[in-house]
Amino acid sequence: MDSIYNDLNAPHSMGTTIIGVTYDGGVVLGADSRTSTGMYVANRASDKITQLTDNVYICRSGSAADSQVLSDYVRYYLHQHTIQLGQPATVKVAANLVRMVSYNNKNMLQTGLIVGGWDKHEGGKIYGIPLGGTLLEQPFTIGGSGSSYLYGFFDQVWKEGMTQDEAEKLVVKAVSLAIARDGASGGVVRTVTINKDGVSRKFFPGNTLPLWHEELEAKDSLLDGLSAASPEPMVS
Amino acid sequence: MMNLADSAPVTNNLLGSEADSQRTLYPYVTGTSVIGIKYKDGILFAADMGGSYGSTLRYKSVERLKSVGKHSVIGASGEISDFQEIMRYLDELILYDNMWDDGNSVGPKEVHNYLTRVMYNRRNKFNPLWNSLVLGGIKNGQKYLGTVSMIGVNYVDDHVATGFGNHLARPILRDEWHENLTYEEGVKLLEKCMRVLLYRDRSAVNKLQIAKITDEGFTLSEPYSLKTFWDFNAFKNPTLGAEGSW
Repeated sequence: MDSIYNDLNAPHSMGTTIIGVTYDGGVVLGADSRTSTGMYVANRASDKITQLTDNVYICRSGSAADSQVLSDYVRYYLHQHTIQLGQPATVKVAANLVRMVSYNNKNMLQTGLIVGGWDKHEGGKIYGIPLGGTLLEQPFTIGGSGSSYLYGFFDQVWKEGMTQDEAEKLVVKAVSLAIARDGASGGVVRTVTINKDGVSRKFFPGNTLPLWHEELEAKDSLLDGLSAASPEPMVS
Repeated sequence: MMNLADSAPVTNNLLGSEADSQRTLYPYVTGTSVIGIKYKDGILFAADMGGSYGSTLRYKSVERLKSVGKHSVIGASGEISDFQEIMRYLDELILYDNMWDDGNSVGPKEVHNYLTRVMYNRRNKFNPLWNSLVLGGIKNGQKYLGTVSMIGVNYVDDHVATGFGNHLARPILRDEWHENLTYEEGVKLLEKCMRVLLYRDRSAVNKLQIAKITDEGFTLSEPYSLKTFWDFNAFKNPTLGAEGSW
């Protein structure tokens, strides 16, 4: 049996569940908050939805270090681009920059990303950039190890033109389902909603999430709700 | 088949650490077969819209057929990110050709040759673009259809295919292709091949596009799905009379 101490030096990986969906008027990005080093949860409240510009955010999965440094590079490029352009960068440009870094360093990077945002030319857009650096514009996309458990779910419930409320509820439900089954995903559910009116961050701690199969309502203690004495031994 | 669960790049002592140089060692998001045939007025291509991630059928709306300039069509199988990069190279090639503004335009033979050089040179550097490409077109009435692989193997023929298409589609085409197929005959023939691929290729997805190039120009069909047939007596109860067998 391997010593657990090996794991503490293992690279930080965000097993992760990340989601991006478009709705009528914008996009909703969602993620779990678990960062693990091997079997140890190094950070149980990470923020995997990172800002690139005022109107474009990125969901990060895979290697924590790789996704952070890639985001830093792209934020830097976008900052310069915005100055030179004189107006906010489009989501498409942001996504293409992420693709460029991802593709040109494909042998070294191990991170799957979702870029989502809103701009005045195209409205809300979601781009998936999996391992290898393929760029795909999609109405919605899922990523990270937890996403394996969500393909069937989305096949069934996805529909175009949802309202903001429907889209947010869908994302929260989906991340919560993935957390239930993926050991590498956990913690809280974070969402970021982006539309013409700006950006809105939301936070859903475990106790606000629905309970799934074989999960029980959380209690403070066994001793809760026990009125007087301990239960009598059963007599047949 | 490769196991593509997100595993860290491995150090192979013979080739040095993978992180050392720029070398694509394995594909991630891949497209499967492409088929191309010559017909009376030009070239017809068929490809499904699947992007597989290992054994998962992850993406189902990937366009793997693209036009190149006015006279050519390219179809790609293999790593999609490398195909997207090839499209960037080709768009640049066409742009520079247009900038000459001399009335000439890059034709399918030139594009095929260019691609062959690119693919072969990358192969020689042990950093291939992980694709098999089909390239076809028509210029001044002259039809052209060829293929290039990730190691630079290239040739022309009346019908070409990549991947599984070579094994399943080309035998059908060898039997049933002939000079001067009409558009309808061509499409039906391609659909026959695509249906077999759908039955027998695990990475096939039931959503495809047909591309056509003639002297009039390029058209790409809307995505559509094929009907499949399962209503055979032999399928209904295969173990009847031999319970416990398979």
